[in-house]
Amino acid sequence: MKKRLLIAGPVAAVASLVLPGLAFGAEAVPILDTPEASINAMWVIVAGVLVMFMQAGFLLLEVGFSRAKNAGAGVAKVLVNFSIASLCYWACGFALAFGGLGSIAGDHGFFLNVGSSIEEAGKSIPFVETYSISPAAFMFFQFVFCAVSLAIVWGATLERIKFSAYIVYAIIFSAVLYPVLSHWIFGGGWLQANIGMQDFAGSTVVHLIGATGAFAALLLLGPRIGKYTKDGKPRAIPGHSMPLVGLGVLILWLGWFGFNPGSTLGAVGGRFAEVVVVTNLAAAAGVVAAVAVMYLLSKTIDIGMAGNGAIAGLVAITAPSGYVEYWAAPIIGAIAGVIVVFGVIAIEKVIDDPVGATSAHGLAGIWGTLACGIFTSPRLAEFNEVGDPGLWYSGSFSQLGAQALGVGVAFGCVFVVSYGIFYVLKKTIGIRVSPEEEDAGLDISEHGMYGYPEQFIPQPEYSTGLPFGAAPPPAGAPAAATVSPMTTTES
Amino acid sequence: MKKIEAFIRHEAFEPIRAELLDRGFPSLSILEAKGSGRQKGIVERYRGSTLTVNVRPKIKLEVVVEDKDKAVVVETILKHARTGEVGDGKIFVIPVEEAIRIRTGEGGEPVLQLHEESEIPG
Repeated sequence: MKKRLLIAGPVAAVASLVLPGLAFGAEAVPILDTPEASINAMWVIVAGVLVMFMQAGFLLLEVGFSRAKNAGAGVAKVLVNFSIASLCYWACGFALAFGGLGSIAGDHGFFLNVGSSIEEAGKSIPFVETYSISPAAFMFFQFVFCAVSLAIVWGATLERIKFSAYIVYAIIFSAVLYPVLSHWIFGGGWLQANIGMQDFAGSTVVHLIGATGAFAALLLLGPRIGKYTKDGKPRAIPGHSMPLVGLGVLILWLGWFGFNPGSTLGAVGGRFAEVVVVTNLAAAAGVVAAVAVMYLLSKTIDIGMAGNGAIAGLVAITAPSGYVEYWAAPIIGAIAGVIVVFGVIAIEKVIDDPVGATSAHGLAGIWGTLACGIFTSPRLAEFNEVGDPGLWYSGSFSQLGAQALGVGVAFGCVFVVSYGIFYVLKKTIGIRVSPEEEDAGLDISEHGMYGYPEQFIPQPEYSTGLPFGAAPPPAGAPAAATVSPMTTTES
Repeated sequence: MKKIEAFIRHEAFEPIRAELLDRGFPSLSILEAKGSGRQKGIVERYRGSTLTVNVRPKIKLEVVVEDKDKAVVVETILKHARTGEVGDGKIFVIPVEEAIRIRTGEGGEPVLQLHEESEIPG
């Protein structure tokens, strides 16, 4: 114990000189001095944990939509990307997103160095005081959103992207790109404060941004080998496990009950429960609409498209979930379910997106954001103190215009920056594996081991414990010590 | 009649199948095979340890044709399966004594011939 202190002392002293912003000593225990603050922290942490679990949803969805030779690659991808984002968002991203009400970006709270009490933290992170919430809970909740957005970028790039491309883009995305955009729309920046853009939980901030990054990557990455015939027609490359896709979709659906209802940033007053119902209605309508449309087109109940319909409904209701009444939710979800079917079919003609992220997160994200401009109810616009009621109630296109401007700005900025990053990566380290590596699968070429080893590696036969060639003992004979336990019980 | 057995790379199969179909040989079978030849094994890395696997996955393609068609099929396989690298595989040609269509019981070389369009149910 003493020895450890001797080492830790100087290290801490040096570190505090190099990084003066880092607090090493225990200043004070966290103080949430009102019951309200404690309840809010509790709910937001629970919601954040649900959103974190969405990483498992993305993982299973993507693994299920991959061929078996690429099953292991998704595991490494999700774990590493989530971890990079954890560190970068804490160090830098959170401060840019929420460290003040500047119109472009915040500048307080790097390394979450804001003190423990709400009063103290509120000086750096104004929302902490507005919502009476623990700064740690608030930061964790916002971080898991960033991680979801990053996960969306990569789903579309399955089966051919180089692992090194993940790392560079993940650092820039989680430290700067996502935080700045989320500041504009969530954190009191110009789109929220000056334009009055409504995006309750991030149809644009999380989903459209992620899908836009994916779109930029796809344009430079190109399709998987064998996706298009010689005359340019798309061919199906079926994933290897529909049960995993189903589990992934359901985990995402579950996670969304943290995603949207948690964006109330508090439990007091009970708004979050209404948001749960709104969210679920939209998801259900998305499934029903996507399945119905797909049945009319192909006379089959398409499993993958049912999953895409659920995701599209959930993505679309993300922005309006805190702004609309129950009746609007199934309409928003159903339209998203229709959009995703035609989106997937149309986009597949030119771009190879194995999971349908550009449709389910991109097109549905745009629709969801615009839907605020139509369906936002007067009582909830007032309650949230952002923007005006939608076209349905007000007869005015002004809120719809604000929404469209926000969508355009977010898409344009993220596309330009992401395309630039991927272009530089492509010209330097490369973003795509070689054709030989792609044929062999990323499991063996990038990770040195198959995700399902027995499928590719013959296993030695089960040993009976007898020397090779020896005859097994006759039935009923006294069991030798080397014979399996099954026969010993009989003797 | 000859049976042509070819051990080929996975990616070579689809072009071979397409061309054989074009040339009038729709009937074939494939099996997932694992085998070793002159190509080196694969070294796998698993949580810091390594494991060398000395057999590699290949596709075994089987086609039975009349003697006169042997050359066409072999040529098609060579055309698409050859990359010039070690590991392209091998072709074996084996004599076949008899061929019997199970549905009708008929035997001999007619069994190997293409169906007329009218015979194929929609």
